[in-house]
Amino acid sequence: MSVASYDGAPNGTRASGIARFSSVAPVLRVEHLSMRFGGLVAINNFSFAARRGDITALIGPNGAGKTTVFNCITGFYKPTEGRIALQFGDPAVWEELSALTERGTRSVTRGDGVLFLLERMPDYLVAHRARVARTFQNIRLFQGMTVLENLLVAQHNSLMWASGFTVLGALGLRSYARAERSAIDKARYWLDRTALTDRADDPAGELPYGGQRRLEIARAMCTDPVLLCLDEPAAGLNPNESAELGRYLHKIRDEHATSILLIEHDMTVVMEISDHIVVLDHGQKIADGAPDEIRNDPRVIAAYLGVEEEEVADTKVGMQ
Amino acid sequence: MAPEASGLASRVVGALRQATITGLIAFGLLLPLIGFNTVQNIRNELVLETRWPLLAALVAIIAGGRFLHALLIAPWLARRALRPQPEHAPRVRFARWLVPFALGFAIIYPPLALSITGVQGAVKWIDNFGVQILIYVMLGWGLNIVVGLAGLLDLGYVAFYAVGAYSYALLASNFGLSFWILLPVAGCLAAFWGILLGFPVLRLRGDYLAIVTLAFGEIIRLILINWVPVTNGYAGISSIPRPTFFGIPFNASDEGFAARFGLEFSPIYRTIFLYYLILALALITAAMTVRLRRLPIGRAWEALREDEIACRSLGINTTNTKLTAFAMGAMFAGFAGSFFAARQGFISPESFTFMESAVIVAIVVLGGMGSLIGVAMAAVIMIGGTEIMRELDFLKAIFGNDFDPTQYRMLLFGFAMVLIMVWRPRGLIATREPSTLLHARHAPRLREPQGKGTQPSLVRERQG
Repeated sequence: MSVASYDGAPNGTRASGIARFSSVAPVLRVEHLSMRFGGLVAINNFSFAARRGDITALIGPNGAGKTTVFNCITGFYKPTEGRIALQFGDPAVWEELSALTERGTRSVTRGDGVLFLLERMPDYLVAHRARVARTFQNIRLFQGMTVLENLLVAQHNSLMWASGFTVLGALGLRSYARAERSAIDKARYWLDRTALTDRADDPAGELPYGGQRRLEIARAMCTDPVLLCLDEPAAGLNPNESAELGRYLHKIRDEHATSILLIEHDMTVVMEISDHIVVLDHGQKIADGAPDEIRNDPRVIAAYLGVEEEEVADTKVGMQ
Repeated sequence: MAPEASGLASRVVGALRQATITGLIAFGLLLPLIGFNTVQNIRNELVLETRWPLLAALVAIIAGGRFLHALLIAPWLARRALRPQPEHAPRVRFARWLVPFALGFAIIYPPLALSITGVQGAVKWIDNFGVQILIYVMLGWGLNIVVGLAGLLDLGYVAFYAVGAYSYALLASNFGLSFWILLPVAGCLAAFWGILLGFPVLRLRGDYLAIVTLAFGEIIRLILINWVPVTNGYAGISSIPRPTFFGIPFNASDEGFAARFGLEFSPIYRTIFLYYLILALALITAAMTVRLRRLPIGRAWEALREDEIACRSLGINTTNTKLTAFAMGAMFAGFAGSFFAARQGFISPESFTFMESAVIVAIVVLGGMGSLIGVAMAAVIMIGGTEIMRELDFLKAIFGNDFDPTQYRMLLFGFAMVLIMVWRPRGLIATREPSTLLHARHAPRLREPQGKGTQPSLVRERQG
């Protein structure tokens, strides 16, 4: 199957072959995703792709199913139907997608490229192996632990390996001390980035709200993610802090090999920072494109303002 | 002058009003409890007596106390709250000295007891107080890993204690293996059972986990009672081999400890040996806990206590993390159990009732979840307090000869619990020590103007 033919990909018309993959291959592809809770259809046949190195925003009115999509991607929910594929390394591995789907395994490797089917993996492996990090709508920090410890817990798997699964570390081996120092250095890097260095030894729960939001992103970044999923990162921030968050996310996108997928309500933030917007309403995709297209899309306006179907047609006419 | 006098007058009036209300409530409560008393006379008739003077005295004491509190203590507390407080320096200094002092005292305790009470009394003081308290300190520290660090409320902890005790008793009696071989074996078996019991309860949290672990504790006890061919049921296992001093038994024979070292035979040597053995085991538990807290597994346990979902979002395998916590906690209970069997020489299911689990959980909760010092303090207070009540013979002089203070144990427990809940709802030691620090310790405090005293030198010491 061809990636380029995928309906949501805005770059489908570019040159085919490996060159296409290297520049615009998606990092994440969600196809025909459906999630039903009993009789309730939370997401219905939803497809989109997030390009590598982009900030992709997932927006929609309250109850549209955005967080459910997030929970499916990060493995917290098992989707009723659909395929969620994530890839890093050499993009040529995307060609293995259908073979992998049929084989029924979780991942496939070709060269240094790895392709994962996230819906087949438990949540902690999505984070550990597929390197998808996330934050939560209602901040979930380890409140009683210090800011620094929060960032060290995020590096659990690499430290666990360095400590020989506790055995060597308990014996006080030098190599573990070295690994811990480098983990602290990485934590310090993200503390400097988030202006939290001064409060590194305070309990995370004592930080002001904005600081907790920043710390949660820093903690997610400490796992070296390929895809960073942010669930309403600007909720509860004042305009200054929101603008700062935007700059911060751009920095992450530009300086690290991390693509960002975010849910956001604040339209000014979304329009300013995202490269690509997907709009969800009642579990279905109603629009997909660059911020400028979305801004003027009558269906999006209707979904946000709660306009009836006939009026949408009227709006369209009016806009033309 | 005038407004001050009127202020005083109004305060007195207010205090009197509060005292009257309190007195009325006390009267209402105490009238049926204290005011009336039923006595059987010689002809076996129930006679109602009234105790008005006692009632009046109690009500007067309560109302008077309230009056003084409202007039003097409450305003003083209010004034003190407004005064600027120094930083927590005194508490820090207290904690700094407490650990070396407690450790030193624990080490010199047997010779101290020996020199004060002589050989006869020392056995009681070292065994009933020292060894008994240290067993519970060790159990508290072991359970602290499961409850305090990983946040998994385990009400069946005594099951692993029983597994350790029966492992040692059965293997030592039937196969004649030595204590030093069976100590790690008992620990491993208990850890194995910890994992076995941990598996089904992985998805449960909080209250549900507590109920299921409570049931497991009972299941183990019922197996011990009913599997008579192996465990000998209610009768228990007796004449369990006692631990040896690295191969030298503590008995009166020529090969015994006393004869070998040219000493006169006395049971005190074994008691002292057992004391240092359990002290070493408890300290190993503490050292392991301190070490593990600084390793990724320990941080993962604490993170699991704080937020399990966030743990999973960071790629932590919560299944393994929980099972290692269960196994580690169970292992220390297994060590303590095999020590218990070796010390008693006799075990039966009676020793492993739910009451024991409840006491251990109470020790961990009273001590402050996760704090080793707090747990040790709580164990000393709870177990030492129980034991000391047996010694309060002088109370018989006051309350009459049939007064038995140990019968008031539960009442005092309850009272202590209520006090802790009111004053220190998060346990005796509620502050959490970070496992690593980015900045030098207490660095911000350096900048603050401190009292002249010793503080600067303390800081220098820490940095140097």
